[in-house]
Amino acid sequence: MKTSDLSELAVRNLKESLLRNSLTTVGISVGVASLVAMLALGIGLQRLASRRLKASGLFDTVVVTSRRDLRSFSREQEMSGPAPAESPALDEPARQKMEKLANVMEAYPDIRFITELRYQDKAHLTMVSGLPTSSRSNDAFDSMQGAFFSSPTAAEVILQKSFAEELLGRTRRLGDNDAPLADIAKPLLGQELVMRYSERVENLAGGEAAQSPPSDEENREASYSIVSHRLPLKIVGVTDLDPESMRGQFRARVFLPLQLAQDLHVLQAGNVRDTTRAFSRTPQYATVAVKVKRARDVPAVEDAIRKMGFNTLSIVDATRSMRQFFAILDLFLGIFGSLALAVASIGIINTLVMAILERRREIGIMKAIGASDSDVKRLFFAEAGVMGVAGGAFGVVLGWTIGRLINIGTNIYLKRQSFPPEQIWATPWWLVGGAIAFALVVSLLSGLYPAARAAGLDPVEALRYE
Amino acid sequence: MGETLIRAVDGISLEIAKGEFVALLGPSGSGKSSLLNLMAGLDRPTSGSILVEGRNISELSRNELAQYRLKAVGMVFQSFNLIASMNVIENVELPMRFAEIDRGDRDRLAREALQRVGLSGRLRHRPAELSGGEQQRTALARALINRPQLLLADEPTGNLDSQTGMEIMDLIGEFNDSLGMTVVMVTHERSLAERYAGRMVFLADGKLVGDQANVRAVPVQKRRR
Repeated sequence: MKTSDLSELAVRNLKESLLRNSLTTVGISVGVASLVAMLALGIGLQRLASRRLKASGLFDTVVVTSRRDLRSFSREQEMSGPAPAESPALDEPARQKMEKLANVMEAYPDIRFITELRYQDKAHLTMVSGLPTSSRSNDAFDSMQGAFFSSPTAAEVILQKSFAEELLGRTRRLGDNDAPLADIAKPLLGQELVMRYSERVENLAGGEAAQSPPSDEENREASYSIVSHRLPLKIVGVTDLDPESMRGQFRARVFLPLQLAQDLHVLQAGNVRDTTRAFSRTPQYATVAVKVKRARDVPAVEDAIRKMGFNTLSIVDATRSMRQFFAILDLFLGIFGSLALAVASIGIINTLVMAILERRREIGIMKAIGASDSDVKRLFFAEAGVMGVAGGAFGVVLGWTIGRLINIGTNIYLKRQSFPPEQIWATPWWLVGGAIAFALVVSLLSGLYPAARAAGLDPVEALRYE
Repeated sequence: MGETLIRAVDGISLEIAKGEFVALLGPSGSGKSSLLNLMAGLDRPTSGSILVEGRNISELSRNELAQYRLKAVGMVFQSFNLIASMNVIENVELPMRFAEIDRGDRDRLAREALQRVGLSGRLRHRPAELSGGEQQRTALARALINRPQLLLADEPTGNLDSQTGMEIMDLIGEFNDSLGMTVVMVTHERSLAERYAGRMVFLADGKLVGDQANVRAVPVQKRRR
């Protein structure tokens, strides 16, 4: 029999016992729906986690420090390469060189300093750091109140929520519910904050050193002056999350545009150490953050930077173990989802075996007028397949709807907790196709026994059956 | 099974020529239907052979037997054996689906066959909506559809009143006559056999007890009233 005839006959046979076959199909749908819902949740959570991790900037960033920086002197990995005293300086040319490495998006210096900020004539002391424009995509700014810096050199500032609370004189007690970010940001946005800072101005030994030959540089006496400044800054944003979560105690609570921070030549913690060493006019950096295109490019970039003679630090293994965790989670969710489908497949077997009993005579007639065993077998097979595909398609829709509803519910909850909405449910196309195909395979397997039994019926016996 | 071996058909030797109209007669349980099922390829003999146009159908595989039933044999039954969920034209088309004939040809051939049995007006009716005679006409159209050379009829008039039965028998006689089909009909109505069959074979307890040419069969021309 032709496939088109086969499917046509299968559909019309299914329509004959509409209620029973619909119930069986609904059974498959529920199985597929639970499978789809479970896997969609697993995939959605995985995507959410990797999106968050990606946005956190932890996994595509290599932090570069100079080997001259003795803070990390005892670490094992730094034993190779040049000795600290002979290693290159982490200065502007080095930064530019890193930026030209393959797969590197940008390399920016880390400017941070502790200083005093005045708000309404009250002084507050905190860590300030410069933020590159690319940080705009950091997830810390997803739920930010206000706006990101208008330009890389704008005299603007973004506050971390805890510092904003401090400015407003609010102190948080343990166990207190977080005040909504909007309430804290409202009185501050657009206000002025005055930053006091110390600019580092180099003295080149009474001006004579400028004319001295470069060979003398080693022995030249160097010094710099510290000049105090005041800079009014406009508060443009208040952020809830911490864009610098990996910096531990060095975390800043006030952020300036990076270019502005660089141009201020603020005296930095490392500068005191530098005075023991000859220095040039080119800026030197304590650390440079190198952003790579994809997390998997990190090892190669790290390698290249180490060859340049710098220390590197990155977190890359976490994504691998996270993927492993989600692979296991998906597997278990899939198994639970499949259980429902297994129950549904028993439903198919039952329906088809019942259909054989009911249609025994019909099978006899078909055989008497020339249907072969394989015609009969394929007909029952096709019926199982049609139920499988219909159940699968309906199940995907059902599962998707369940996912949507739960997602909406979750987002209502998140909103109440003043978190940004999230997409925790993902139904990629391969899952849709895969679920329908899986339902079809399960149905066909369930149809094997009934179909073989129908095909094996003796036509004379079957015709005698009333 | 396995308790008592019933010899439904026992040691029968019978030769039927092409184009003959043979009636198998005998009381209930005499083995007429079993013999017909053997000829139809629905059943297999435990021993012996059934030769159809030189081919021993008792040695065919299940698949070859299905092909034989599909192409070489047309069957009609006492209880019509139409598929209840299909309408008239679908029932007639069904063997052509198994024969993988194209949809367009199927429709045309089914209409022709239904016209031949005088049932053009009720193509979309289901069997339950038809009279017994109309159902048997549908079954006849279905039996003709693949143009078989052998028509096997198992008490084709058993469920019909005598008038309708005669109409069906006229049709069968006409197929025998005009299409040259070989007809083997099981019946227990001797009068019918005498009127239509050219040869009468008598069975009892699975054995052949009589085989005679029927000279009194009414010629086709005279049957047409």
